[in-house]
Order: sequence, then C-alpha cells, then structure tokens
Amino acid sequence: MDSMRPTQPEIPESFLDDTGPRKGILAWITSTDHKRVGILYLYSAMTFFWIAVAIGFLMRLVQLQMFHHLVTPQWYNALFTIHGVLMIFLFVIPGLPPVFGNFMLPLLIGARDVAFPRLNLASWYFFIGGAVIVVVSLFTGGGPPDTGWTFYVPFSLKTGTNVTLAVFGAFTLGFSSMLTGINFITTIHRMRAPGMGWLRMPLFVWSLYATSWIQVLATPILAITLVLVMLERIVGIGIFDPAKGGDPILYQHLFWTYSHPAVYIMILPAMGAITEILPTFAKRTIFGYKAIAFSSIAIAGVGSLVWAHHMFTSGISQFALMLFSLLTMVVAVPSAIKVFNWTATLYKGAIDFQPPLLYALTFIFLFCIGGLTGVMQGALAVNVHVHDTYFIVGHFHYVMFGGTGFAFFAALLYWFPKMYGRMYSKKAAYVAWVPLFIGFNMLYFTMLVLGLQGMPRRYYNHLPMFDTGHEIATVGSWFLVAGLIIFFANLVVARFRGAPAGNSPWGGSTLEWTTTSPPPTENFAEIPTITHGPYVYGTEEGA
Amino acid sequence: MSLAGTPHVEEHRDDFGARLGMWLFLLTEMLLFSGLFLGYSYMRARYPFEFHHAGSEMNAVLGVTNTLVLLTSSLTMVLAIVAIQRGEKRRAMLGVGGTILLGAVFLVNKAFEWTAEIHHGNYPGSAHLATLPPGEQVFFGLYYTMTGLHGLHVLVGISVLSVMLEMVRRGRINADRFVTLENGGLYWHLVDVVWIFLLPLFYLAA
Repeated sequence: MDSMRPTQPEIPESFLDDTGPRKGILAWITSTDHKRVGILYLYSAMTFFWIAVAIGFLMRLVQLQMFHHLVTPQWYNALFTIHGVLMIFLFVIPGLPPVFGNFMLPLLIGARDVAFPRLNLASWYFFIGGAVIVVVSLFTGGGPPDTGWTFYVPFSLKTGTNVTLAVFGAFTLGFSSMLTGINFITTIHRMRAPGMGWLRMPLFVWSLYATSWIQVLATPILAITLVLVMLERIVGIGIFDPAKGGDPILYQHLFWTYSHPAVYIMILPAMGAITEILPTFAKRTIFGYKAIAFSSIAIAGVGSLVWAHHMFTSGISQFALMLFSLLTMVVAVPSAIKVFNWTATLYKGAIDFQPPLLYALTFIFLFCIGGLTGVMQGALAVNVHVHDTYFIVGHFHYVMFGGTGFAFFAALLYWFPKMYGRMYSKKAAYVAWVPLFIGFNMLYFTMLVLGLQGMPRRYYNHLPMFDTGHEIATVGSWFLVAGLIIFFANLVVARFRGAPAGNSPWGGSTLEWTTTSPPPTENFAEIPTITHGPYVYGTEEGA
Repeated sequence: MSLAGTPHVEEHRDDFGARLGMWLFLLTEMLLFSGLFLGYSYMRARYPFEFHHAGSEMNAVLGVTNTLVLLTSSLTMVLAIVAIQRGEKRRAMLGVGGTILLGAVFLVNKAFEWTAEIHHGNYPGSAHLATLPPGEQVFFGLYYTMTGLHGLHVLVGISVLSVMLEMVRRGRINADRFVTLENGGLYWHLVDVVWIFLLPLFYLAA
C-alpha cells in the first residue's frame, strides 16, 4: 500500500523508538524523557477516565430505575464517590498539565527537557502509586468510600468504609502534582531558549506557569488536611470532632482552600491550550497577549481567595458571606477577559476550519455556560436555593467536562500529529463531535433545569416529577459515550495506521512545529534563538 | 543560557535552578505546616484558658533543651557547607555527621517526652484525656500531630543527610559541586525553623 503513495514523507526516527539498552514497556517506564513521561501520563489518565465514564454511565442508568437489584443505595454512594475521585484526582488534575505540559513545555520554550527530568519521572510514579492505593481502597477494608469526593467530616470520620486508605491515595497523588509544579516553575524560569523573554513565551506556557504556582501553594494544604482526616480516623486527635472540642467547619475551610484553587489547576491549562489553537487556525496573532497572560496570573491569585463560596450554607459569618460572594464575582472578570480576547482573535482572521478549531470553539461555548452559571451561584440568594442540587452538578460538568474536557480533546487533536507524527481521520473527528455536543448538552443542561426545580444531588432515587428530566439526561449520556468512543477509536486507529503528518500540519508558528513529528529525543537539532513573539503570521504585527 | 549544543541529559548542570527548585519545595513544606498553625491559632482563640492550662503541663526544660540541640545542629550544618566549599572534606564530614548525631539526640529526647506524656495518660483516646475539657483534648491532639509531623521531618532530614555524608565521602559532593549539600542544609534549617515556632506554642504557652 505504501508504494502507492511514494511522495508521502516517512515517519522520522524519534523519541518513540527505543534507542537505549532497554526495550518495550521497560524502556518507557524508566525513561526520563519529558515526552515519554507525558505519554505515560496520557495513557494512565485515559485509563482512569474511561473507568470513571463507565461509572457515570451506570449512574445515569440507575436514575432510570434500572439495575436497582444490583446497585443498592450504598453502592450508589460509592459510585458517585469513585466517579468523582477518579475524574478529579486521576484525570482532570493530571490531565492537561502533566500530559501536554510535560510533552509540550520544553518544546514550546525551545529546551531539551524539563529542569529535573528524574523528578519528573518520580512524579509519575507517585501518580501511579497514589492511583494504585485508591484502587486498592475500593476492594479492601470496609469497601469503597461513600463520602463523595470531598470526604466531608463528620461523616468521613464515622463511616465504616475504607476512607483512610482512599485519603492516603489522594495524599500521594498530591505529591505528584506538587513536584510537577516545582519542576515546571523551575523549567520556565531557567530553560527558555536564548532570546525568549517572558513576553515572548507562548501563552500555554503562561497558563502552565500560573497553574504550577497554584499546585505548589495549594496542594500542601490538601495534604495536611488529608493527614488530619487519617489521624482523626486512626487515633482520634479530635481537631474535627466537636465531642473533643474540634470543629467540622474547619475541615471544610481547609479542604476548599485547596480544592477551589484546584478548579483553576484544572481550567487554566485548558484555557492555555485554547489560546495556542486559535491563532494557528485564525492565521493571525493572538489579540491581547498581555491581557491573556496576566489574566492567568489574576485567576490564580483571586481564585485562591474564593474557597468559602462552597460553604455559604455551612454557617459562616455574614461578613464572610458578603466578602466571598464579592470575590467570586471578581474572579469572573479575568476569565471574561480571556473569552473576549479569543473572540477578538478570530475576528477578521483567515479562518482555516479544522477539527481542533471546532473543539476549541465548543470549549468557549460550553465554558461560557459553565462560567455564567458559576457567577449565578456566587450570588448568595441563588446559592442557598441551588446548593447541593443538580444545578451544581450541571454547572461543574459544564466547566470541568465542557471546559477542561473539550479543551483536552482539542489539544489532543491539535498536538496528536506532533506527538505521533501521524494524522487521524478529520472526518471521523467531525462525526464524533455531533453526538458529543448533542449528548453533552442533553445531559448537563437538563441537570441545570432539574436542579432549579429542586432535584438534590447524590440521591439514589427521585420524585416522579423529575422523571422526564432524568430520562432526557440519561439518553444524552448515551449520545455522549457514543461520541467519546468514535473520538478515541479514531485516534487509536491513527496511532497505528495514520498517514505521516509532516512537521507542521496546521502551519502553527510556535517552536514545536519547527522540529520533526514526532520530535527526536533531544527535541531540536540546535537550540533555536528567539527574535520575535510566539504568534507571527504573514506580515502582521506580533513581533 | 549556555545550554545550546550541549549533549542531552549527560551534562545539564544548573545550580541556581537546583536551589530554586529547593526553595519552592521548602515553600510547600511551610504551607504544609501552616495548615496546622492555622488550626492551632483558631483553636487557641476558641479555648484560651484550656490551652493555657494544658500548656502548663508540658515539660518546658526538655523543650528548651531540644531547641538548643537543634540550633547547634544547624550550626554544624553551616560549618559543613563552608568546609566543603573550601575543599576540606574531613571537616565537612564531621559537620554533617555532627548534624545527624544532634538530630538523633533530638529524637531521643522527643521519645522520652512522649513516653512521659503517654504515661500520664495524655494521649488521644485515653480514658484520662476524655475527662478533661474539650479544649485540652484538642490541645493534646494538636501537640501530637504537630510535634509528630515535625519529628518525622527530622527523621527524613537525618536519612537525607546520611546519604549526603556518603556522597561527601565518595567525593560526589566536593568543592566544585556542593549544591546538593546546600539543599540538604536548607531543608535542615527549615526543620529547625518550624521547631522554633513549635516551642513557644506548646511549651511556653502557659
């Protein structure tokens, strides 16, 4: 077959080929090459993603009164806990930064690797170690945890399920995230190619920089909180136990001090990836480079000061309520700045419509719905009404899945040809989008409506008045899963059978497109010298 | 950046970068403890009298002795780094060895202290502690958590420095490349600084 296309370029020799003494999987799990570590993260995170998707799919069926003989209420509690823990700690947080950050960061700044390659591989081992502990916790002790992914006390202290081990798993995963953050900050400070000043960095790098700071500053708080839960369960130190003088609200404060900034760990790199994709397909420089760069930092900063908006009904002071409500509204400003700049980038651009752009635009659309419903919850009166309802579930799926998830898909479509040197079927990528988009909105927009009507989250059963809504949502989940299967089947086929993509299939202007696809082990034959900004097309501005 | 043209992996050396990474790591350590300090301040504001009373039962002499031990160990650490920079390998080993030894003395003292407290029935879940007012129970909960976590850090520090002692002996850390030892020293000083805050909060609180 190959002889029929003699003009096609061959796949060049690259980091994908084993050159050292070790071969096969052993060569991969001992490699400190940032590209290999990135791909290790990709495969492991995708594995957990699919398990969590399957669990979510099952939960939707349970809401149709199916499988009630198999899935008891106790099991349902375990299912939404596992779904949340896997999605948050094993897919969304270790999604964009460790996968595309690892793979692309050194390429984008013209370096040969990250600052601490061995530490980088160690982070992956912490990740796998934590993941194994979480998985083991599901099958040992008192059974899978049933607390929800938030591990709220006092229930997490009282339940007989295997919370201690699951929490220890999350603690270990925190190490992985923290070390990656340290590694990226040092890399960005020290490894930029000559001539690449701070304002010549691609914006994905800026977003990784902001994300890394959150990882470094917030993760330790989660670590100590989880340690306290473990100690409380094992020896009963009493800090969260009112009977011994402790305070459960303190747990919520500590938990959200990490876990709200963690939301920005999830969304910032997604925004960064979108910022890379848009100029490439609009064939013009990004609009408002500095505004986008600094809004990343602003989101990281203000986003660290809004945690108590998860606790508006927990009993905090009137002053705290107003303050956190205000700050929550403020954090929408830098996010909106990004959205306006993205749209302005497209305006009067020479749009080259390709699959990554479609998914990037979908991200903007879905993220706007997610973001605006978030601002609604920042308003105190609305918050009390929708607290712990499907509205919240719908909102954060719009941000986490419609936002981060679709940005992940867009980034995958954008950088896949670079990572593997092969092109997927563009037609299949478009076809997958249709059920993805329809299913997504059927599922989660319905949840927003159900929530406003009063459907509480995490309930095993529902009143007859919510029947129609749940039916629509569940049918939506079928479309969604069908779309996911087409999307990933396309990429898996392309990994082995795709036609060679060439060095720069999209005509992108950032450094990763100047090297071969897939890149050689040392990334660049010669470290480039940077003389202009990252997004230069034609005779336009942007230098 | 003088990285251009250098071969991959083998010779990428950036001492400044290594120190930067270490400082970031220390930042995470500080934040780890800060969660506990936050919990302490909140609980102390809530139970001022109970904290005062429970604090008066602590062995201040042992606490102060341990402070002196740790401060001295930081001094020997600094001396070791100065020595290695001057190429005085024997002195450097003596300094690192002294730090390890003093760290061990600290832990032994700590063990005596904990044993005594446990002997008095002041430990989480004990029948004696359950009779005390809630604020004092939280005090002891925090006491074991914070000094325990700190003790764990001393133990980690001792292990890390032991490896470095061997590296100095083999000449892997020498007058030309000593950033690893410097980073080990930074970690040790952090452990020391955390203790400086623990001392007044628990032993001198009364």
